[in-house]
Amino acid sequence: MIAASAPREAKFGPSSIWTGTPTHYCAGCEHGTLTHLIAKALAERDARERTVMVSSVGCSVFAHEYLDLDSVQAPHGRAPAVMTGIKRAHPELLVFSVQGDGDAASIGLLELLHAANRGEPITIFMVNNAIYGMTGGQMAPTTPVGMVTTTSPEGRSVPQAGYPLDTTKLVASLEGPAYVRRVFFPISPTPAPDFFNARGALEGMQAVRHAFDAQEKGGFAFVEFVSTCSVNWKMSVLDAKRYAAQVLAPLFPSGVLRDRFGLERR
Amino acid sequence: MTAPRQFLKGNEALAYGALHAGLQSFYGYPITPSSEVPETLATQVGRPEYPEFRTFLQAASEVEAINLMLGAAATGEKTMTATSGPGFSLMQEGISYAHGAELPMLIANVNRAGPGLGNLGPEQTDYFAAVKGGGHGGYRNVVLAPDSVPEMASFPSLGFSLAFRYRTPVILLTDAFLGQLKEDLEFPTIESPTFDTPWAATGARGTTRHVLSSMHIELPEQNLVSRHLRDKFAEITRREQRSEELETRGARVVFVAYGICARLAQRAVRVLRDRSVPVGLFRPITLAPFPRDRLRALVDEGVRSFVVVELNTGQMVEDVRLAVDGAAPVRSMNQFGGLLPSYRDLVDEIGALAA
Repeated sequence: MIAASAPREAKFGPSSIWTGTPTHYCAGCEHGTLTHLIAKALAERDARERTVMVSSVGCSVFAHEYLDLDSVQAPHGRAPAVMTGIKRAHPELLVFSVQGDGDAASIGLLELLHAANRGEPITIFMVNNAIYGMTGGQMAPTTPVGMVTTTSPEGRSVPQAGYPLDTTKLVASLEGPAYVRRVFFPISPTPAPDFFNARGALEGMQAVRHAFDAQEKGGFAFVEFVSTCSVNWKMSVLDAKRYAAQVLAPLFPSGVLRDRFGLERR
Repeated sequence: MTAPRQFLKGNEALAYGALHAGLQSFYGYPITPSSEVPETLATQVGRPEYPEFRTFLQAASEVEAINLMLGAAATGEKTMTATSGPGFSLMQEGISYAHGAELPMLIANVNRAGPGLGNLGPEQTDYFAAVKGGGHGGYRNVVLAPDSVPEMASFPSLGFSLAFRYRTPVILLTDAFLGQLKEDLEFPTIESPTFDTPWAATGARGTTRHVLSSMHIELPEQNLVSRHLRDKFAEITRREQRSEELETRGARVVFVAYGICARLAQRAVRVLRDRSVPVGLFRPITLAPFPRDRLRALVDEGVRSFVVVELNTGQMVEDVRLAVDGAAPVRSMNQFGGLLPSYRDLVDEIGALAA
């Protein structure tokens, strides 16, 4: 995926969906950015009255504080099942959730893969910061080999914990999904020293729009946002961005892995 | 549509009863001895006889099933599942969340035997899990116990009424024997109760939005919510105790039994009454709220002792003792492992008491 295809009209001001409540997210966290993009995408299509959000468990658990939408709280990992129950009862609704990598790729992998495999017309945004943020920095299925966490104090080792799980590739291996994409989301270092670009946010805006478009066309949409967690990585905000670019970007490469409706070609 | 006169299995009657009660969605995972419920419903989805029944989905697990139901219930839909012990264990997480967010739903547990995999025979060992609440965080289910194939058909309607009136999960607790039992029945007239669901999450309107959550991060807020749930079950306990009695007038000894054990006790009572032994039967229909008021009143009406018959090592007997509160002796008579006592065993038990 290249930045050139990001729509030029993307702006990140407040929207009618945003409640105005300041977020609880830590400095440098991408969760708040994603929440804004979702608010904007829903406001653009005037979808408040026909949208139900499913809150997952993790750092996204307070999403209903920031988005003025109907909201249903799912147990940890179960958001895709709860979303399916809502969508099957009311196919006219736009149903989405923001899950973390622990929520979607660990405890909720069964619910994610089966909803994806059935091609449920729902939209899932997964924030992958390679660690359990809300619970204080434990190892996640996505944690890179060697990363020190509170439950892998010597660094993640393959014999003990296996390899990092590539959720997006797993979802894209199924026939069911209509739109699968991974976005490198943090501001990223440029060749010029100490400069960063916000390409990820522009790409993210486009991915959010397309993920809702895909649902409206009757397809399952999944977008992974490779993100940072400077607090639990125990780095400065900018060092975390650099680490993400150096370690996570090659491990979880950006790209559109499925685009059944040709949304990227327009 | 079900013909007026039928020869149905309990599980089949449960499925048709739910359809007559206006079932909108079924989410479940196959497990013996409950599988006839999804098998029956799978043949009826999309049929003009039951226009409201639009969704049948075989889930990937009982965990997924109960969470699919959380979503359906959040929109105010009449949703149900059917399972047995091992699946009921997996559903406890979702049932706890349903209580936390006050979501109505109907969960039928066709109780099989033993902890773990056990066997496929009938037991009433999930009484504690259903009545005391098998999951985390402290909640009380409403629990209904049918004792016949006609009641398997009529209880889903009652279950949905209670579930929506009080915004609570309702457990229909039955067993492998009643689920598999075939009886000749005149299919009962079943009401499809309708409810306003202004709380349902189907899109925010104007300044109104619906947040269905069990998360109350501020401690005083959780305190208020837990008080509300406690008060709600207290109201259910005041208003919804249901029971049935056979020959309790003038009885000295009364069997207390539910489900298939109540059927055995009915026969034992008839045999003993023919021998002029003053014996009766008290059958709880709501296991929760336990019909303690009526049971306690029997002591004042002259009942001298109670015999609790159940297919476990002694669970409901604790609630009977609490209700009687020491005013009369309460004996326990148990069978388990998938085995049933004979009605003769019950007759002999009374003989031993009378001797």
